Amino acid sequence: MKIRPHISIKNLSVYFDQQRVLKDITIDIPDRKITVIIGPSGCGKTTLLKSLNRLLDPLDGVKISGKILVDGEDIYDPKTEVTHIRKKMGLLSQRPQALPMSIYDNVAYGPRIHGHKDKKKLDKIVADHLKLAGLWDEVKDRLGEPASRLSVGQQQRLCLARGLAVEPEIILGDEPTSALDPQSSQNVERRLTELKKDYTVVVVTHILRQAKRIADYIAFLYLGELIEHGPAEEIFANPSDPRTRAYLTGEIS
Amino acid sequence: MTLPLTKRRSIHRKVEEGVFRVLMVASMVIVVGCLVLIVGTIIWKGLPALSLSMITQTPKGGYYLGREGGILNAIMGSLYLASGATLLALMFSLPVVLFINLYNKKNSRLAEWTRFSFDVLWGIPSIVYGAFGFIVMIFLGLRASLLAGIFTVALLEFPIMSRAMDEVIRLVPRSLLDASYSLGATRLETALKVVVRQCLPGILTAVLIAFGRGIGDAASVLFTAGFTDRLPTSLFQPAATLPLAIFFQLGTPFPEVQERAYASAAVLTVMILLISLLARGLIKKSTKHIIK
Repeated sequence: MKIRPHISIKNLSVYFDQQRVLKDITIDIPDRKITVIIGPSGCGKTTLLKSLNRLLDPLDGVKISGKILVDGEDIYDPKTEVTHIRKKMGLLSQRPQALPMSIYDNVAYGPRIHGHKDKKKLDKIVADHLKLAGLWDEVKDRLGEPASRLSVGQQQRLCLARGLAVEPEIILGDEPTSALDPQSSQNVERRLTELKKDYTVVVVTHILRQAKRIADYIAFLYLGELIEHGPAEEIFANPSDPRTRAYLTGEIS
Repeated sequence: MTLPLTKRRSIHRKVEEGVFRVLMVASMVIVVGCLVLIVGTIIWKGLPALSLSMITQTPKGGYYLGREGGILNAIMGSLYLASGATLLALMFSLPVVLFINLYNKKNSRLAEWTRFSFDVLWGIPSIVYGAFGFIVMIFLGLRASLLAGIFTVALLEFPIMSRAMDEVIRLVPRSLLDASYSLGATRLETALKVVVRQCLPGILTAVLIAFGRGIGDAASVLFTAGFTDRLPTSLFQPAATLPLAIFFQLGTPFPEVQERAYASAAVLTVMILLISLLARGLIKKSTKHIIK
């Protein structure tokens, strides 16, 4: 597989207070593929994901060194507008986090912030993205209802629609199915697989079977180090590092 | 005969449960009883003096000794004063609280000091605010007026409102902020469109508490708002207030005027009751979209 990188991470280290959580990570994340970050809990998967859209910097005591280039642009450059970086990436969190407003307003929130005012256009944006996230049929008659009334699985797809509505290039998923029932999980997985033709998808998961189902590219993290990365078939069929092998066979988890 | 240990333990736990239940119920009865007694006394003693003219007319024969007319001057004065002060306090309170919660690191020193100073300010007696307001007033060459009263009461309400708001805004989960940030929203957009919405019931409650405190306070307006028999027409004229009306009427030697003090107190209580009910309706409505 030839890699056309969309995101290039170069020598990224992240420190929480004195503790080094990510150690010198260098990896290219391929364009329009699903890259899955796997590894035991506490290995820094989520930290790596959050560093991609700069959600780490408001936290206390976080220090970051190294570079992350998105489309060749250094996102930690002081001149880079943080809102611009985040707009490029839609985030799905572990538990879907709907905003305290109606279903419609949840999806329209992003576009409104970025300057869309025309009611008709907004209607279309909301409808299109709810369809894209596979939620439209379930909510089209109750767009004015509070988003909190949806089930957790529906809320996760709402969050997907909301993220897509700002027209990002990248979708980040932080264990996006961990709070969902099997059917909703499957639904979200299917959406992600469909979306990869237009978007670069980066998903963190601790479920190996899920990684096998959706991954084109795999990055294995262990204790804050990037142990191995490469095309999914290769890694799963023939891991080169003994630690990867141990993780894949369930010896470390 | 001794019972087996588990049995004894279970009886012990049942007794414990029962005793504490009785204590809790007793506390509740005492608190609710006091409330009923206070309201009952006010109404019972004020009822003979309560009439329509009480709430539709201004005093005749002076607020101190007058036995005729009503307290419309104080009703209007109190409403203007407390509304103005609450609005003013809100204008400063909300930005401060949003700032310490969203623009600072969690548990930042600045935020902690601000919270500490709210707590201290909360504990300062209102007569001190009154005296402070009076000094500032003299310094600025103002006389006792509705405006000076509004400033002073706003000062009194500010820490109360801020601390109550802070408690709810602090509880906004990090993930909710992240959800908004990750869509490319700025902190300000997140604060105004997400945090304020999520915390609206708490914010309204804070406003209500502060309003209640402001409308019922006598000491802070004693020197600053003054008192008058006329209806308030200008920010720069003295304004009457209900707590002071009660204070003056109670201070007279005539029982029939003292009765009017209780009637005034009843009016104030009913006003607070109505405003609370209205606010509760609003708060209930505003919880619709809250994310739990």
